[in-house]
Amino acid sequence: MGLVKLTYREAMRAAIRDALRRDDRVFLMGEDVGRYGGCFAVSLGLLEEFGPERIRDAPLSEGAFVGAGIGAAMNGMRPIVEIMTVNFSLLALDQIVNNAATLLHMSGGQFNVPVVIRMTTGAGRQLAAQHSHSLEGWYAHIPGLRILTPATVEDARGMLWTALCDPDPVLVFEHGSLYNAAAQIDENAGPVDIDRALVRRPGRDVTVATYGGMLPRCLEAAEDLARDGVDAEVIDLRTLRPLDDAMILDSVRHTHRLVVVDEGWRSGSVSAEISTRVVEQAFYDLDAPIERVCTAEVPLPYARHLEEAALPGPVAIAAAARRTVGDGR
Amino acid sequence: MGTGAGSGVGTTSFTMPVLGADMESGTVTEWLVGPGDTVHKGDVVAVIDTAKADIDAECLHSGVVEEILVPTGRSVPVGTPLATLRPLPAELRERAGEGGGRPARRERGRTGKAPRGAPTGPLVRRLAQELGVDLAQVTGTGRGGAITRADVQRAAGAEVSRRREPAPPEPVQQERVPQVPVPQVPVPLEPVPLEPVPLEPVSPRPEPVPRPGERARGIRISPYAARLAAELGVAPATIHGTGPGGAIRAVDVRTAHAREVEAPPSEAIREAVLEPMRERPVEAPALPAPRRPAGARDLQAGARDRIAAMRATTARLMARSKREIPHYYLSTTIDLAEALGWLRGRNLELPVEERIVPAAVLLKATALAADRVPEMNGFWRNDRFEPAPEVNLGVAVSVRGGGLITPALLDVAGVPLETLMARLRDLVGRARSGRLRGAELAAGTLTVTNLGDLGVDSVYGVIYPPQVALVGFGRVVERPWAEGGMLGVRPTVTATLSADHRASDGSIGGRFLAEIARLVARPEVPGERGVVG
Repeated sequence: MGLVKLTYREAMRAAIRDALRRDDRVFLMGEDVGRYGGCFAVSLGLLEEFGPERIRDAPLSEGAFVGAGIGAAMNGMRPIVEIMTVNFSLLALDQIVNNAATLLHMSGGQFNVPVVIRMTTGAGRQLAAQHSHSLEGWYAHIPGLRILTPATVEDARGMLWTALCDPDPVLVFEHGSLYNAAAQIDENAGPVDIDRALVRRPGRDVTVATYGGMLPRCLEAAEDLARDGVDAEVIDLRTLRPLDDAMILDSVRHTHRLVVVDEGWRSGSVSAEISTRVVEQAFYDLDAPIERVCTAEVPLPYARHLEEAALPGPVAIAAAARRTVGDGR
Repeated sequence: MGTGAGSGVGTTSFTMPVLGADMESGTVTEWLVGPGDTVHKGDVVAVIDTAKADIDAECLHSGVVEEILVPTGRSVPVGTPLATLRPLPAELRERAGEGGGRPARRERGRTGKAPRGAPTGPLVRRLAQELGVDLAQVTGTGRGGAITRADVQRAAGAEVSRRREPAPPEPVQQERVPQVPVPQVPVPLEPVPLEPVPLEPVSPRPEPVPRPGERARGIRISPYAARLAAELGVAPATIHGTGPGGAIRAVDVRTAHAREVEAPPSEAIREAVLEPMRERPVEAPALPAPRRPAGARDLQAGARDRIAAMRATTARLMARSKREIPHYYLSTTIDLAEALGWLRGRNLELPVEERIVPAAVLLKATALAADRVPEMNGFWRNDRFEPAPEVNLGVAVSVRGGGLITPALLDVAGVPLETLMARLRDLVGRARSGRLRGAELAAGTLTVTNLGDLGVDSVYGVIYPPQVALVGFGRVVERPWAEGGMLGVRPTVTATLSADHRASDGSIGGRFLAEIARLVARPEVPGERGVVG
């Protein structure tokens, strides 16, 4: 047993390969996943290894191939459906929201839909408004779906198999800016829990709750805060639905302050949901108003400096944390 | 308190009483009765927290408690039924007072004595207690012979009338006047104020301590800070907020609390200090013990009371010690050169905030010595010596504002010096901010007093009963020191022992003191558990 250095992209590929080997009901389907190797090169080489039966290129038809994935899942397969970006997934919204999420209920418990739908989300790569939005919060609104946001290489490696084991539809949101992130992970790293949030950095002064692509920025902000003597606890939500609010509440009861960092837009967001739950359940533990750091409520700009300005950055996160802490520690 | 409308036929309710003109809600902090208990008119059945004080609430009906409707800790508006009462069975009613069910506790001793004859309200009893009036000697002029506030004030003399207390209106208690013909007008179900309720505040009142869910009027305070203030008993009006817009945050509450307790030691400390006194009948009457400071104005008076109370306690305890314990005294001067040299070296390796002071070395040596001479470590009880299983060193800490407390460092012999230092620092800090734990105040088996920093050469202390010994250290001073035929200048300290002659003799005490000296003189003894360990 040793450590291997993997990128997030390679970890994701290893997870898919692992799933394909473990269970012959698993197949990967999506635009450019085969011959091109995936729009983000996640599935590079898999077509050669597993053949076109199991690595299936689909035409530009999100509604059709997501629907096909749902049908395959209902018929006993374990499809992994890849959608290039969350923006394009809106074309398949009817399939995801009206079919995948509801069929168990509509069939009186007779049909589970064990489909896993992967897609990229998030900004930071100058892909402009139609490729950069963070809409996972919308999906987190839907009962019947499980929403995963792997933020680390280890979770990229481990969450897919756990998701495939789930009898219900699971959406995995991979942040585009994380694909090149590398980390040392155990070469035997395997499935991970998808029910629990994790404390990525313990601290005592303020809780910073975040997920996905914002995690590295929050950790960076926490380091900056530490230099000023502010000890931030960074929580990686990992699963946006169902939300592990118990973990957040525990942390807030300990730090008495909360900053929620969400790459989605503030209005009606995951950050709004978390803030409300904390106010509902831990109001008397709050020593400062909850702060939210979210993306500016604009379509994401193309120009780098404008895009950066629109996104929550470490400076804004640290500033929000400082506001909650003030000089009272 | 009145007849519950919604309850079954014949049942009555005990409702949240009005205990002051501005009272809107209250919290039951303690139920003194439970379902099935028989209560009689005038029995204290619950303790009500009105945000200003805890007040014993009496029941105005006799009956059997059927159901407790409001658990402790929940704040409810005035008039909310708190419990339902079933009427007493007829035969029970005849023999009322002589049994039939578990009788409710009549009186709790904390507030003034309630004479069985003349009914009084809790506020009147409290006033009587404040003014030192014995209610048994007061003739009531209220309805049904009830003692009113005015009666108490009259009894207390003219001096009392000058007090500018906002007088909470006297409740009229309908239930207590069965012999007066009831006029044919609707009888109010709740106690109503005799005087008209003033629409404007009569005088500035201390801001009530808000409980979670209550809003402090005009004060910006975070929910957590409000909760903390309620827990620590700090009135928000007395707190300086440092948050945005002057908002009070947790840190401000803690600061204010620390400031409050600096002068008067917290009640917990005083109680614990009093605890030894309770082993035997105490001559003096029990001290009034308000459960929490009621407000800024009361606090200052309370602080003075507490300092006085502390002094009185120390006086009694030490007088008892000197009266009962045949002390013998020994002293020895210890060469500290070796220990201080070693300490200097050790401290160079430690961050400033973790550096070890010489006192820690002396404490550790005392604990180790007590471990080896167990006759010094324990209690004199029931005419014999009871050795303690571990060494818990009581450390005499003077509290700012006057007074002395001796919280204990637990199991000192077994911990490394660095840990001991950290614990000592923590203990002294908490002793001065009034945050000691009960166990620390009760657990001491041997006390050490160190007056060295006050420039004292040596201290012969008074043993803290029921302990059997006390070790004193004076200041570290350079003295000419002869050793091995050579004269040199060495840092030294004088260690003294005050010991109980009933529990030990001078030879044992001498051995103990010599052991301390030996351990201090050679902090590092190879192959043996020493001070350093």
